[in-house]
Amino acid sequence: MKHTQIGSLQLDSAGRLRHFLTVEGLNAGLLNRIMDTAESFCSVTEQTVKKVPLLRGKTVVNLFFENSTRTRTTFELAAKRLSADVLNINIATSATAKGESLLDTIRNIEAMQVDMFVVRHAHSGAAHFIAQHVAPHVSVINAGDGRHAHPTQAMLDLFTIRRSGRELPALKVAIVGDILHSRVARSEIHALRLLGVRDIRAIAPRTLLPMHAEDLGVSLWTDLDAGIEGVDVVVMLRLQRERMSGAFIPSEREYFARFGLTARRLALARPDAIVMHPGPINRGVEIDSEVADGLQSVILKQVHYGIPIRMAIMSLAMRSGTDFDPGAERRA
Amino acid sequence: MNVVERRDATEDFDVPTLIDTLEASLRREIERRGLLNPAMVGIETGGAWIAAALHARLGLAEPLGLLNISFYRDDFSTVGVHPRVGPSRLPFNVEGRDILLIDDVLFTGRTIRAALNEIFDYGRPARVVLGVLVERSGRQIPIQADCIGGHASAGQNQRIKLVGPEPLRLVTQMV
Repeated sequence: MKHTQIGSLQLDSAGRLRHFLTVEGLNAGLLNRIMDTAESFCSVTEQTVKKVPLLRGKTVVNLFFENSTRTRTTFELAAKRLSADVLNINIATSATAKGESLLDTIRNIEAMQVDMFVVRHAHSGAAHFIAQHVAPHVSVINAGDGRHAHPTQAMLDLFTIRRSGRELPALKVAIVGDILHSRVARSEIHALRLLGVRDIRAIAPRTLLPMHAEDLGVSLWTDLDAGIEGVDVVVMLRLQRERMSGAFIPSEREYFARFGLTARRLALARPDAIVMHPGPINRGVEIDSEVADGLQSVILKQVHYGIPIRMAIMSLAMRSGTDFDPGAERRA
Repeated sequence: MNVVERRDATEDFDVPTLIDTLEASLRREIERRGLLNPAMVGIETGGAWIAAALHARLGLAEPLGLLNISFYRDDFSTVGVHPRVGPSRLPFNVEGRDILLIDDVLFTGRTIRAALNEIFDYGRPARVVLGVLVERSGRQIPIQADCIGGHASAGQNQRIKLVGPEPLRLVTQMV
């Protein structure tokens, strides 16, 4: 799908968020608006009643075709803190497992008058497919599709960087590890570039760098010690063994020896550099426990900020009563 | 209490006088009802400007609280999320507290309804006193101010808005 098509699917004629499927085709103003809104939601967690009534009466359906704990629970908490009703559909035990098609599943749930689908799927493009076929009043949020995109993770990572008090455009960012299989890396690179970050380093063994990775606008490094030098942010990626069908790395031990983040290697980055990881972490495979639990690690802050950023995205994408034109937006 | 008459569509009101009147009224109310160590909360953005001025004049011990009620408004279903005006900050314990809630213009009452809901999500205050710079006709829910700086007359097709923060000016606009 071309970027322009995605853009017109994600935004309405007034440029407002309609679905949130990928960072591609969005603009810096919108990404900043999402983060500004998340900023306001941060104070909700200080309330005795950790809820705002914004999405009262709306129904959000978590449609997870792939396992996830962190993403599903933070989406669920985010929806609940917006006072929406949440339905978690466990696809493994649902009708899809009995042979029902994806579209039939969607149509049936849609008939229950729901307002939003949060979709995770092992196939790239699944969320787009659903967004193209839902009723005009329904919004779709991509919670990770195959190797393609994980835009809410990219947004919470950017938000974590912003909350750490760093100015984005001047930052040097290293993204380290299994970039080939990582939808997080892809979304994050697009988002960083949209917000003006120019020094983005993709650091990985050749086998784990996608073909034509340079086209994403990053510099490529196969030596972690050289690539990490002087960076402000280190984003570690999980080695996605479940998506590997061949021999991408000789062994986990050798991978750690060459690409694992240790305290010695982190010392090559700026002294105040922060370490991020989208989780779940493989201790001793891509990151040393000493670093994961160390003072420069913001890994648990990322989880924390996942809630306000998802509250912001859901409330901005949720359709209100009058801002859609059913005739114009219904898609074949 | 001074009554400010609207003369034309861009008429400015005398804001310093209105603040003086509101301050005096709040002092009387604090005295009359025996409010104990009250905390002040301003509603973003106009109410927050007025509250900042009053907070200093009344010499309140607790830091000033600010409410951004955009997530508590009752018009999401028609207009969606409102533009951001900053997060809410209530830097004191609301539980059992006497609260002076301050806004610029009391019109339909919906903003105050939303603000009260938000305050109660932080805890159960003992008493809430509502002070507004000006009140005008057009109430849609049964909410009245305890302390008022002045009254303004405006038609249903007119909007009275506080512009600021420096200088603070009340202007009437056609909508």
